[in-house]
Amino acid sequence: MQLGEKAGLNTATKPMRDVYGEALLCVARKNEKVVVLDGDLGNSTKTDMVRDEFPERYFNIGIAESNLVCIGAGMEGAGLIPWITSFSSFLLCNAYDQIRLAVAMGKINAKILGSHGGITLGKDGPTQMGIEDLALMGGLPTMTILVPSSPNSMRAAVKAATDYPGPVFLRSSRIAMPEVYPDGCPFEVGKAIVLRDGKDLTLVGNGMMVAASLDVAAQLAEEGIEARVIDLHTIRPLDLETLAQAAKDTGAMVVAEEHLLHGGVGANVARVVNEHCPVPMRYVGLADTYVESGDPDDLVVKYHLTSDDIYKAAKEVLKAK
Amino acid sequence: MQTKTKYEPSEFKDLARDLRLDILEMTTKAGSGHVSSSFSSVEILIALYFGGILKYRPQEPKWEERDRFVMSKGHAAPLLYAVLAKAGYFDREMLWTLREASSPVQGHPILGEMPGVEATTGSLGQGLSLGIGLVLGQRLRKHDYNVFVLIGDGECQAGQVWEAAMAGTHFNTDRLVAILDYNKYQEMGPVSREMGLEPLVEKWQAFGWHVEEVDGHDTMAVIEKLDYLKDLQEGKPKILICHTIKGKGVSFIEDDYRWHGRAVKGDLVEKAREELKNATR
Repeated sequence: MQLGEKAGLNTATKPMRDVYGEALLCVARKNEKVVVLDGDLGNSTKTDMVRDEFPERYFNIGIAESNLVCIGAGMEGAGLIPWITSFSSFLLCNAYDQIRLAVAMGKINAKILGSHGGITLGKDGPTQMGIEDLALMGGLPTMTILVPSSPNSMRAAVKAATDYPGPVFLRSSRIAMPEVYPDGCPFEVGKAIVLRDGKDLTLVGNGMMVAASLDVAAQLAEEGIEARVIDLHTIRPLDLETLAQAAKDTGAMVVAEEHLLHGGVGANVARVVNEHCPVPMRYVGLADTYVESGDPDDLVVKYHLTSDDIYKAAKEVLKAK
Repeated sequence: MQTKTKYEPSEFKDLARDLRLDILEMTTKAGSGHVSSSFSSVEILIALYFGGILKYRPQEPKWEERDRFVMSKGHAAPLLYAVLAKAGYFDREMLWTLREASSPVQGHPILGEMPGVEATTGSLGQGLSLGIGLVLGQRLRKHDYNVFVLIGDGECQAGQVWEAAMAGTHFNTDRLVAILDYNKYQEMGPVSREMGLEPLVEKWQAFGWHVEEVDGHDTMAVIEKLDYLKDLQEGKPKILICHTIKGKGVSFIEDDYRWHGRAVKGDLVEKAREELKNATR
């Protein structure tokens, strides 16, 4: 079954990276201060759309992520709004120190795109996969962290990130995701979106796990179980209010993510829920392992990142209530 | 607050003495700090800030047309602070809070904490890339400013410096002047022994840079070189290699790498103070 099918969502067609490229072009058209810096992956991250229309505002820094980040930071010092882009894995693992000092510590107004987050880039294998990006970004106290869940969510997130003062990290993916927000997206940095109301348990996710959670909610509804579904598109600042309220109202929670469980979204949500309204929780994500090359559809099954895995976790957590 | 930004050549000697004394006092009070790395760059910063090279407004630190100075060798923060105070960016009394909790006078420069600080530095290797970004931004926004970046010799062991060297040439950043404080020592010993850089001039030339060399303690010579380099527009970035003495000004610190990250303490403070006060050049 396709992602989002059970929830009645339209089949995903356009890869999120394409949506990102278009959204970035959109903000570049509207704001001449926007510049794009690329680590020689513009045709993969789709920032090359900006290169075609605004070559003077597009800079391929080459395969040198440390230099890439700091040149972007320098351009911010000249009053521009840099979008610093590459694969999540390369940017964060090559240039973490540069992001830490030149971007995060001085709280500069730079935007970082980590493309090909998670494991669904598939066949290129684990060297290219960003499975630790959210944990690494979480280690930078001033960094706002966004993970859009659908095409409209991505469009809104790119615009919001550009307008939001200060350092922002935005994660993009290679795969297509179904549209969760048919009529635009009420995207507000730091404000989680309740996509479906319910009283029996809460399913929290971001990225592709939002559609997967909606699928599970539809399946549970057939059994008379009402699941609340939250799109936690912002990991920092975390929406304490919406999460604590959900825990209080539903008494059980499952957090799903395309990321390592260690230091990931679930760990962050658990900290908040445990402090404000402790309830039984379960987590869907990557166990402590690197993944492998393969078709994304096969990998999510093998590494337990499907709606079936969320469903099982939901049933478990309901028993623990 | 004093805002004198242009000094006569006859005043440079006194200025250097005052700055070195400030560096000594602030690091001694803090109990730590990079005295010797600060001392080696004193005349370079005098040339920049008080020798008519940098265009800046201490009362308007965010003036868009200001020249940018990036202290990439961030451990020389005591010198940067002493110079910024002397130029009138903030009250000199702030210097005595170096490295104290709740003081913006941080151990290494943090962007946004003190006026006049243009970059967060302290993890070496990053400043030259920042400088390239500042030039690319200047070009795009049609501003009229130059960018100066002070790097250390040990810092040139960082791969990012050479990434930046490559990019500077690729983007023809001829509004960028790098200044290399070549004091020949790093934390663990002589640069040549720990991880040699030579032939350094040829390396920069091979990367496409215009290279000049100078005695980094001859303020007038440094001014002359920087004045020439800042206006030189031949489509390539420029670097001034300044031959300096680590710890310059205090005999027992000079050329002794063991002083790299140490403050002067005890009886030695008065000895250092006397030497600096009686400096002959």
